[in-house]
Amino acid sequence: MASDSEFIKVVGVEKSFGDNMVLRGTNLSITRGETLVIIGRSGCGKSVLLKHIIGLLKPDRGEVFVNGTEVTALEHRGLFELRQKFGMLFQSAALFDSLTVWENVGLGLIEHSDLSTEEIKSRASEKLALVGMRGVEDVKPAELSGGMKKRVGLARAIAMDPEIILYDEPTTGLDPIMADVINDLIRNLKKTLSITSVVVTHDMTSAYKIGDRIAMLYEGQIIYEGTPEDVKCCGHPVIQQFVEGRAEGPIPAL
Amino acid sequence: MNGFEYVGKYFTVTLEDVGRVFMLLVDTFKTFPRALRNSYLIVEQMMIIGVGSLPLVVVTSIFTGAVAAVQAAYQFQNYIPMRYLGTVIGKSVVIELGPVLTALVVGGRVGAAIAAELGTMKVTEQVDALETLAIDPLEYLVAPRFIAAIIMLPVITLFADFLAIMGGFVVAWAGMDVSSHTFFSGLKLFFHASDVYNGLIKSFFFGGIIATMGCYHGLNTEGGAEGVGIATMKAVVSSCLLILITDYILAAVLFRAVFMG
Repeated sequence: MASDSEFIKVVGVEKSFGDNMVLRGTNLSITRGETLVIIGRSGCGKSVLLKHIIGLLKPDRGEVFVNGTEVTALEHRGLFELRQKFGMLFQSAALFDSLTVWENVGLGLIEHSDLSTEEIKSRASEKLALVGMRGVEDVKPAELSGGMKKRVGLARAIAMDPEIILYDEPTTGLDPIMADVINDLIRNLKKTLSITSVVVTHDMTSAYKIGDRIAMLYEGQIIYEGTPEDVKCCGHPVIQQFVEGRAEGPIPAL
Repeated sequence: MNGFEYVGKYFTVTLEDVGRVFMLLVDTFKTFPRALRNSYLIVEQMMIIGVGSLPLVVVTSIFTGAVAAVQAAYQFQNYIPMRYLGTVIGKSVVIELGPVLTALVVGGRVGAAIAAELGTMKVTEQVDALETLAIDPLEYLVAPRFIAAIIMLPVITLFADFLAIMGGFVVAWAGMDVSSHTFFSGLKLFFHASDVYNGLIKSFFFGGIIATMGCYHGLNTEGGAEGVGIATMKAVVSSCLLILITDYILAAVLFRAVFMG
């Protein structure tokens, strides 16, 4: 067991794709039960960082710890056991298009539990109700809109009652009202289920609303961490340019 | 890049691919005990790979047999009695035409379908999503396809053998005045059950090749729609080539006793 303030710990992670070095010694600690928002420009490696936490990617150098377990040292089976503690919402929802909505939500239970089909379906409906998606159980994902897919993806992420949820751009591509619905859902999940959340986004409205703390990833490193209030009034030029969304400043826009 | 570098690079990349295919196979074999518990996934794939391929296989094999009859009769001319027509068709279908042509058409159909499906799942992060649900894609996606293919290919090959011989018979009977008695006594003349088994052993391996190439190229898809297209093409091309190469190797092993005397 690790101390609560280092529930998830990323230590000096480096990752390159070909000649492109995306993470350059990233360090990050996440406290149990908090919502940490990682902000940064598109393509700066936020999603890559998220995928390292759940072991979808292996770092070239550095370690990742989750509750004291070194994720980066885990072998095949160990990794799959650890992932049962996780839920992840993908940017494009990544629903399985060959399965119906309830099968998508219940797939983890179908594979990892001995519950009957009816039992799993009713649990899936429960989770779907939590995200406001009643009555679509037997529909295929292709028939859903973007916002509905995200909500089904969220239901799938919480279906196994995870301790940690990773959100990859939960509000990107949604209209502002739907984005706010998703923000509320994320806040409610944290409040009711006391889940540790890591959210990757470049939507500042969302970051301020759901984040307990905000960290900025820039040039492969975490250059700033602080509460939403800190971020709003911090003097760091890079943060200010990003938060205010200006093309001029220390971050090259093109 | 000069010629030597080009050839060298090509060989390195190919060798690397071979190694990765073997890793995929070994890792997939390890998941078999768990994958076998999910029998519904295997049955689903058996339906797609086996039953779904039947219409294609029916047409292919009937015409294969029919062409074999026409070509054999043409080569017999007046030198060889027509009572050997059944012998030639039976032998060539059971040993070679049935297993290989079935594998090639099913390889085109199923190999492409597997690569496109898995490739799309890869580029839309569905494979990653499986992993986050603590489900091993090798166990959930690859193993059922592999098991279904090695079971169903021999089954549909047996079916194709039968249809091809019947196709040959119909052409001989209706178009060449060969009586059914002449045809079938010729068929029985040098008929060895071992020929059929050997053909089925070949198709067992061909099934493994089709599923492995489809899954390997599908799971290694990169990029978007273009990547899926490339993966599909690679899956079909590589499985067809490997089927023909493996056919030669297996023929040299299985039928060795005969041509070594």
